[in-house]
Amino acid sequence: MNLFQNRSLSLPGFFLLLLLSPVTAFADMAMNMPVGVSTISREIYGLHMYILYIVCAIGVVVYGGILYTIIKYRKSNGQEPAHFTHSLKVELLWTAIPTVILIAIAIPATDTLRKIYDSSESDLDIMITGYQWKWKYEYVGEGVSFFSNLKTPLEQTEMGSTIEKNEAYLREVDNPLVIPSDKKVRFLITANDVIHAWWVPDFGVKKDAIPGFINETWVKVEKPGHYTGACAELCGRNHGYMPIEVIVKTPEDYQAWLDSKKQSNQKQAAAAQEAAKKEWTLEDLVAHGEEVYETNCAACHQGNGEGIPGVFPALKGSKIVTQDKKAHINIVLGGKNNMPSFKAMLNDVDIAAVITFERNSWGNNTGEMVSPADIAASK
Amino acid sequence: MEEKTSNNKKLAFKLTSVVVLMFGFAFAMVPLYDVFCEVTGLNGKTGGQVSVDEGSSSTKADEEVREIKVQFLAMNNENAQVDFGPVQSSVVVKPGEVTEVYYKAVNLTNSIMTTQSVPSVSPLQAAEFLKKIECFCFKNQTLAVGEEKLMPLRFYIDKELPEEITKISLNYTIFDITEVKEGDEPVHQEHSTHQS
Amino acid sequence: MGEHHGPAKGITRWLYSTNHKDIGTLYLWLSLIMFFMGGVYAMCIRLELLQPGIQYFDPSLYNQFITLHGLIMVFGAVMPAFVGLANWMIPMMIGAPDMALPRMNNWSFWILPFAFSMLSLTTLMPGGGPNFGWTFYAPLSTTFAPPSTTFFIFAVHMMGASSIMGAINIIVTILNLRAPGMTLMKMPLFVWTWLITAFLLIAAMPILAGAVTMMLFDIHFGTSFFSAAGGGDPVLFQHVFWFFGHPEVYIIILPAFGVVSQIFPTFSRKPLFGYVSMVYATAAIAILSFIVWAHHMFLVGMPFVGEAFFMYATMLIAIPTGVKVFNWMTTMFKGAITFETPMLFAIGFLVLFTCGGFTGLMLAIGPADFQYHDSYFVVAHFHYVLVPGAIFSAMGATYYWLPKWTGNMYNETLGKVHFWLSFVSINVLFFPQHFLGLAGMPRRIPDYALAFADFNFLSSIGGFVYGASQLIFVYVVIQCIRGGTGKVSEKPWDGAVGLEWTLSSPPPYHSFSTPPDPKLIPDLH
Repeated sequence: MNLFQNRSLSLPGFFLLLLLSPVTAFADMAMNMPVGVSTISREIYGLHMYILYIVCAIGVVVYGGILYTIIKYRKSNGQEPAHFTHSLKVELLWTAIPTVILIAIAIPATDTLRKIYDSSESDLDIMITGYQWKWKYEYVGEGVSFFSNLKTPLEQTEMGSTIEKNEAYLREVDNPLVIPSDKKVRFLITANDVIHAWWVPDFGVKKDAIPGFINETWVKVEKPGHYTGACAELCGRNHGYMPIEVIVKTPEDYQAWLDSKKQSNQKQAAAAQEAAKKEWTLEDLVAHGEEVYETNCAACHQGNGEGIPGVFPALKGSKIVTQDKKAHINIVLGGKNNMPSFKAMLNDVDIAAVITFERNSWGNNTGEMVSPADIAASK
Repeated sequence: MEEKTSNNKKLAFKLTSVVVLMFGFAFAMVPLYDVFCEVTGLNGKTGGQVSVDEGSSSTKADEEVREIKVQFLAMNNENAQVDFGPVQSSVVVKPGEVTEVYYKAVNLTNSIMTTQSVPSVSPLQAAEFLKKIECFCFKNQTLAVGEEKLMPLRFYIDKELPEEITKISLNYTIFDITEVKEGDEPVHQEHSTHQS
Repeated sequence: MGEHHGPAKGITRWLYSTNHKDIGTLYLWLSLIMFFMGGVYAMCIRLELLQPGIQYFDPSLYNQFITLHGLIMVFGAVMPAFVGLANWMIPMMIGAPDMALPRMNNWSFWILPFAFSMLSLTTLMPGGGPNFGWTFYAPLSTTFAPPSTTFFIFAVHMMGASSIMGAINIIVTILNLRAPGMTLMKMPLFVWTWLITAFLLIAAMPILAGAVTMMLFDIHFGTSFFSAAGGGDPVLFQHVFWFFGHPEVYIIILPAFGVVSQIFPTFSRKPLFGYVSMVYATAAIAILSFIVWAHHMFLVGMPFVGEAFFMYATMLIAIPTGVKVFNWMTTMFKGAITFETPMLFAIGFLVLFTCGGFTGLMLAIGPADFQYHDSYFVVAHFHYVLVPGAIFSAMGATYYWLPKWTGNMYNETLGKVHFWLSFVSINVLFFPQHFLGLAGMPRRIPDYALAFADFNFLSSIGGFVYGASQLIFVYVVIQCIRGGTGKVSEKPWDGAVGLEWTLSSPPPYHSFSTPPDPKLIPDLH
């Protein structure tokens, strides 16, 4: 039993691994479903192991039978073939036994399913919205919401990068979701553009995010910690680059975090207003714009501003970016085709900075500056 | 030989009609799915408009002791340039009690905008018990430049609502459908307009 | 008819052919070419996944690879392979001179090269080819799709039309052209499985055609079948797609069941065990395939009852499939087994398909699927079913009937080398993907977290070895056509039973110009 405790192996694969490699090399690698940290994830894990054992047991019978037959009844052993063609008795037997096994699986599975569908009152509701390619978390009724972008630097993820990768490569975001432990947290999941799926293995939670519809799921995490996941439904070019990071805090710490978040939201808003009034220089705007660009724009228009031919337009040398300033501002504010509107996602300073950056990079030498006031005026 | 060939053709013809039938069935799945959704609450779609009579006949609110929290949510799809959201984030109602709430939409663009809001309910099983008497989602809403519009929603919760449901989340996703020509109804109509 | 004339000369023989063997050959070559084309995409995928980071292909190109790999392998490699086998073998197995509708047969083949050329050329269009996965979920495949999607839709229509015509032809042939004395319950199992598959095809393919037509309308004519804005629903697309998609899975695997049901008795020198229950099990699987589609959609948000129903229905499929596995085992039991290449592929099929079946049962369990869904566990599962399932059996069938088709014996040693390399490498390729999925790696990603690096490396190595070993197969086939290791008699396998083995090797241009002696028709149960 111990053998199967930590890894999911069925028979041929197990022998294969034995042959292939010192098994120890794989010992510390994740090979099985995580037990997880919620009641549901434990239930699912238990169910998974239960079916796995059953399947392995059937495997032993089937593969044992095949092995015995092909060793014993080979012609080279001088076997004479028998001539029987059917037997109602055994055929009924191997219809009946699997049926019994299936019932034995269906009962606990239904039980777990029922628990997952529990719709009792929650302590906290969070609305999760999938965007191409980031997540938005909204604490319903708390007035707190934010976007969560991939944090791994572009220089590590871009084509042919030889820079050493972070330990949390593709598993790190700028603003992780924060939830309290020991509370029932209800997730209302939807999407802005295409279908995404929100998956955190340690919670046993995966649900499709469908534009126009909300899907519900929930989690009650037992212990504080740091958990990661990723989008699980193909959602376009950067499907592989929209990870999920969740920090679970004790209810007290969570409350403190929420309060400070609310305050810092106000502070940020005040600071943004302050910043909007400030006299910006071209250099400052370009420098700030580069950061904004990496987080929000580079996924499509690429780090080098060349876009992807036929899919994402190049900004380098583009007419709009090098000439028509008004059109440039309008596109960033209003979006176009598959490009989202950034009006609500970024503040005036960020938008002004990123536009200024785009107009003064990759050989776009307009020397023009777009100020936060210009943005406010265009809104 | 001749007879055989004609037999072959006959059978091939019959099989072809099965193919045509199945192709038709693919399209029949669209209305079938709508009916199926309404019956089972699949995908959290709410039903169409119900008359006030129907509402009031089942209104014996005083007999009910249960209290249901109805939570209102909103989101903008893609590039909908609207400031859109519920006026009140939630209400507590008794099943059978008719309630009126408002959503607010502000047109942020410099042109007239036509919007369509699409409702979705969670938990799914609750969808069929949320009865709407009046809803801004029943038809397209046109917003003038800079217009701020209060849009009403009158509903009640059917008393048949299963016991275990104590909270219902109702989300509206607002779509900017201005590009679709004015008065030009979408071919596959908005879900809630062609029922009841 | 034309029993006095042989094949026309030169290219016209192939272009205008209405001969079931020639068309069968065309199908099989097309399938082999498509197998390598889909294989090249697969190699590109494994190359990119060899190490973390983006080394060779931009993610948008990568998404085109996974889409085209899936479409070409399913519609270009596996399905034409079995249609080719059906064309070659069904008339010979039921004692017919040719297929019932020879001109349509010509049509249904010649559509395909155009369909696949168009499909693969879309990658060169501005915006690239289809990049939304072979399941092309809306709205990624409608509102957010590249312009080439219209051509993709047209190509899918053409493939569908071809499959439907092929299926009609097969049904008519089997129902109308059986030789006197060939009752339904005397038909070889390969014919039975194809009859049922053909019915699945004419029921399921039009649904796919309907789905892509709705997509076309949504993209070009302003309808909103799949867009919430106009009252449609993206989830509806998934329902329509999987209503086609799940029967499609059995369209692929049932003929494979038929093939191994021919091979096991031959090399065990013992009749197939439980012929009648095999027929019923096949029919049961076909019927069940229409009521389990939503198990592909456990995450879209279904009411409890729906989720439970589709879970139970899916689990039921394990029963007829189990019957088949046990019947094949018992066919070998107490036989006198030899291990020629076709038999090795059949045993490889049995062992590894069963493994895929086990993971299939695991995936059927709704709550567990919440973790498995859209992870590499699913990728491992369906590749275990498709590669050692469908591909092994198609290759086994080729080795099994190649001597009959060409009149020459293939090189047995090379065949065995091909099998063993494939068998080992396929496990190195796909088994670690189970671990990756369980540990949390989503499918369809070009780059991954560092924790997944080692197993991906291993998997890629397995992939390269598997890909390279298939070149042996091409060599063996060509060598066999050119003479192989010598001429063979009409029945090269001493344990083989059936009408096809009463014809000369290679068989005459028109198979049974006169119906065979009814006494030659064996009783199979």
